[in-house]
Amino acid sequence: MEKVLQVRDVSVRFGGLVAVDQVTLDQEKGEILSLIGPNGAGKTTFFNLITGVYKPTDGTIVFKGQDITTMKAAERTRFGIARTFQNIRLIGSMTVLENILIAHPDCNNEKLVPSVLFPRKQQKKRRVIIEQCEELLKIVGLEDMTNELALNLPYGKQRLLEIARGLATNPQLLLLDEPGAGMNSFEKEELTRVIRHITEKMDIDVLIIEHDMKFVMGISDRIVVLDHGSLIAEGKPAEIQTNPKVIEAYLGSGTFEEE
Amino acid sequence: MKEKIAGIHLSSRTKMIALLVMAAILLILPVTSISRYTLHIIVLCFIYTCLTLSLNLIIGWSGQFSLGHVTFYGMGAYITTLLVMNAGLNFFVATIISVVLVAIFSMILCFPTLNLRGDYLAVVTLGFGEVFRLFITNAVNLTRGPMGIPGIPAPTFFGITISGTEAFYYIIFALMVIFILFMIRLNNSGFGLAMLTVKEDDIAAISLGISPVKYKMWAFVIGGGMAALMGSFYAVYLGTIGPTSFVYNESIKMVSMVVLGGMGSVPGSVIGAFLLTALPEMLRQFSDYRMILYGAAMAIMMIFRPNGIWGIDKRVRNEYKIKAMRGVKNGKSSAS
Amino acid sequence: MLLQQLINGVTIGGIYAMIALGYSMVYGVLQIVNWAHADVMMFGTFIGMLLTTQLGMPLVAMVLLASFFTAALSMGIERVAYRPIKVNRRMAVLVSALGISTLLQNLAQLVFGTGTQQFPTLEQKVYTYGNVSFSNIQIVILAITAIMLIILYFLVYRTKMGVAMRAVSVSVQNAKLMGINTNQTIGLTFGIGAFLAGIAGICVGTYYNAVYPTMGYLLGMKAFASAILGGIGSIPGAVLGGFVIGIIESLGAGYISSGYRDAYAFIIMIIVLVIRPSGFLGAKRIDKV
Repeated sequence: MEKVLQVRDVSVRFGGLVAVDQVTLDQEKGEILSLIGPNGAGKTTFFNLITGVYKPTDGTIVFKGQDITTMKAAERTRFGIARTFQNIRLIGSMTVLENILIAHPDCNNEKLVPSVLFPRKQQKKRRVIIEQCEELLKIVGLEDMTNELALNLPYGKQRLLEIARGLATNPQLLLLDEPGAGMNSFEKEELTRVIRHITEKMDIDVLIIEHDMKFVMGISDRIVVLDHGSLIAEGKPAEIQTNPKVIEAYLGSGTFEEE
Repeated sequence: MKEKIAGIHLSSRTKMIALLVMAAILLILPVTSISRYTLHIIVLCFIYTCLTLSLNLIIGWSGQFSLGHVTFYGMGAYITTLLVMNAGLNFFVATIISVVLVAIFSMILCFPTLNLRGDYLAVVTLGFGEVFRLFITNAVNLTRGPMGIPGIPAPTFFGITISGTEAFYYIIFALMVIFILFMIRLNNSGFGLAMLTVKEDDIAAISLGISPVKYKMWAFVIGGGMAALMGSFYAVYLGTIGPTSFVYNESIKMVSMVVLGGMGSVPGSVIGAFLLTALPEMLRQFSDYRMILYGAAMAIMMIFRPNGIWGIDKRVRNEYKIKAMRGVKNGKSSAS
Repeated sequence: MLLQQLINGVTIGGIYAMIALGYSMVYGVLQIVNWAHADVMMFGTFIGMLLTTQLGMPLVAMVLLASFFTAALSMGIERVAYRPIKVNRRMAVLVSALGISTLLQNLAQLVFGTGTQQFPTLEQKVYTYGNVSFSNIQIVILAITAIMLIILYFLVYRTKMGVAMRAVSVSVQNAKLMGINTNQTIGLTFGIGAFLAGIAGICVGTYYNAVYPTMGYLLGMKAFASAILGGIGSIPGAVLGGFVIGIIESLGAGYISSGYRDAYAFIIMIIVLVIRPSGFLGAKRIDKV
């Protein structure tokens, strides 16, 4: 099987603290992979390593067959890695549509001189961009709210908007950091539908950090478990549920069900 | 959908007419019996509008709080003047060289300060301004120091000598219109949206493939270059320059125009500049209180209306789409 | 020559240190720069001068009264111009503080006049040994600086109030949860900083025998440079930074060019911010994503 992401012995240290410790994992093409673990296990740090916010102290990251360990964060996005944030980072003062536009590579890479001197010539290109962005809003069900300011959206819709924004960067791999946090069960169903659509119809691979076990078990093809920065288990949802190491890691910190 | 687009067209047409009427009034003013002094004040309003727009690009669009805008303005004025008077260059050639030099300087200034935020950046830019002021005051051989440089010759353009308040009125008015159009188009472009993203959240920007460095740098380069251009015209307009024109208070004045008008807003910049230039002149009997009022206005504005008079909250929603869809009916695209 | 410049540098450095402490402490608790700090100091110096020249008040009483006035003014400003700002705080407080600074400077020009006025507190006596000379005023300034620093040390590290201040500087939210009256603590921080600045202002007014409305601008910028140099938020850092800036400035004026005396502090500050933004003793900040 083809591998979209290969992480080899990746570690990162902040001062004396080892936040991620020699993690090795692969993501297959077309699978939904979930990353779980107790609070402070290093999951978000791991995301930051893949997206390039932090540089690993050791190890290599290979994406689409190319070593991206030293690639800058913004370049990685252009190369096909998109993400959402645990604490939503939408631009509140922009509209729903504008939040997608700024992620569209043709829009945010517009050159200054042509757009100032010949805006008419840009019109055609811009219409295509807008069409594509509105298409993405349809997928997450926000097509009727294009004129709404992002900060006025309810929490669950903000999470969906952030996913659409990630999709607008035209990624191969989408990292979702706790996409279901703060959502009710109805919204979580919608989220599941969106994620399935992304993997099945758009052929984009998804890597999820999530605390809601029911949600994770339902959607994941495979699950990896992180504890104290190390990978302690890996397998199908059913295997993970009965893995004694995983149970111990969770019981030890006592946060299995809570988010 | 149809009515909505029609509605936008109607309102933008009304706006257009209002703006054209204003422009027409400004154009015929010099031929009316208006006093030379009033005309001079309006020229100052034009100059400050351009300066406010250029500073607003740095503060309001890219989110870098620069307190040293007067450095770019003053550098432009001094470099152009020295090139004209010492090297005998034509004013327009000198201006181009000076704008390019200042733009390069802005870029160099920008690099080490890219990672500084808010107060730190403010204090570093202010420090540069202070060092610049000390330089033009102390480098007596070059700049005549505190005495300033008088007698800057009127510029000539293919044999035509430009002099008199009226001539400068029209030239600087044209510059202002160009600046405003430039800023509007920038604001409605993907470039402008990306810049605003960097201002609001640079970490999110990076995650979307936007490089904050690029936009912060461009803001400084364009803003600095624009200010230098205005400095050059200011120098030939007045015919004399000196260190007292480029002091800290001048930067504060520009910042208060940006803040009062509205950060990240083109109409706000125009309103802020005209208001804070014209108002103190109208209330001449209170001229002692001018700076006090600037100060108080800044504090009060932040407490009660942090977005300014015409701030970013009045931004037209989805203007990018509105502009792109112009000339399209019922959502079907047809070449216009 | 070297020794002479060092003596002058240490004297002025002590004054910078006292002003820098106000910037640093306020930054410590609120992560904002109190741009009005130096102008508050200038106001206090004028009050001190008026108390001396108009009322003939004795030295110690004048210093205390003027410094308490400075403290009260600063606490008032925090209450009126900073505390009500809740939205987009960093930028908004910066603008508001700049506004207050501009207001105070120009208000002073209106009330006290734009000119430089004399500040006759102590009669100057100069002692000369070989080619080094120093004055009684310099000795008094150094003594006052030392006493104030010791008092501040006890306040911050040996009292309950100091504990509260340090707790607030770690996290306002957590301090609140621990039952600390954070508003009161923040107010007191402004007060203590301004009290020190009030004393520093009188020292500098006496040292140069001059008071003028824009005196706060340059002094404030140099003190701020000191705070940054030492690591803003750090109390020992501010003191260290003050002395370093004072000494470098004196040496620069003595050996390079006195015309650029005021530029040295800025140049050093810019270099430090570029190379090590956290200063000598400041903590490094990590962005949480």
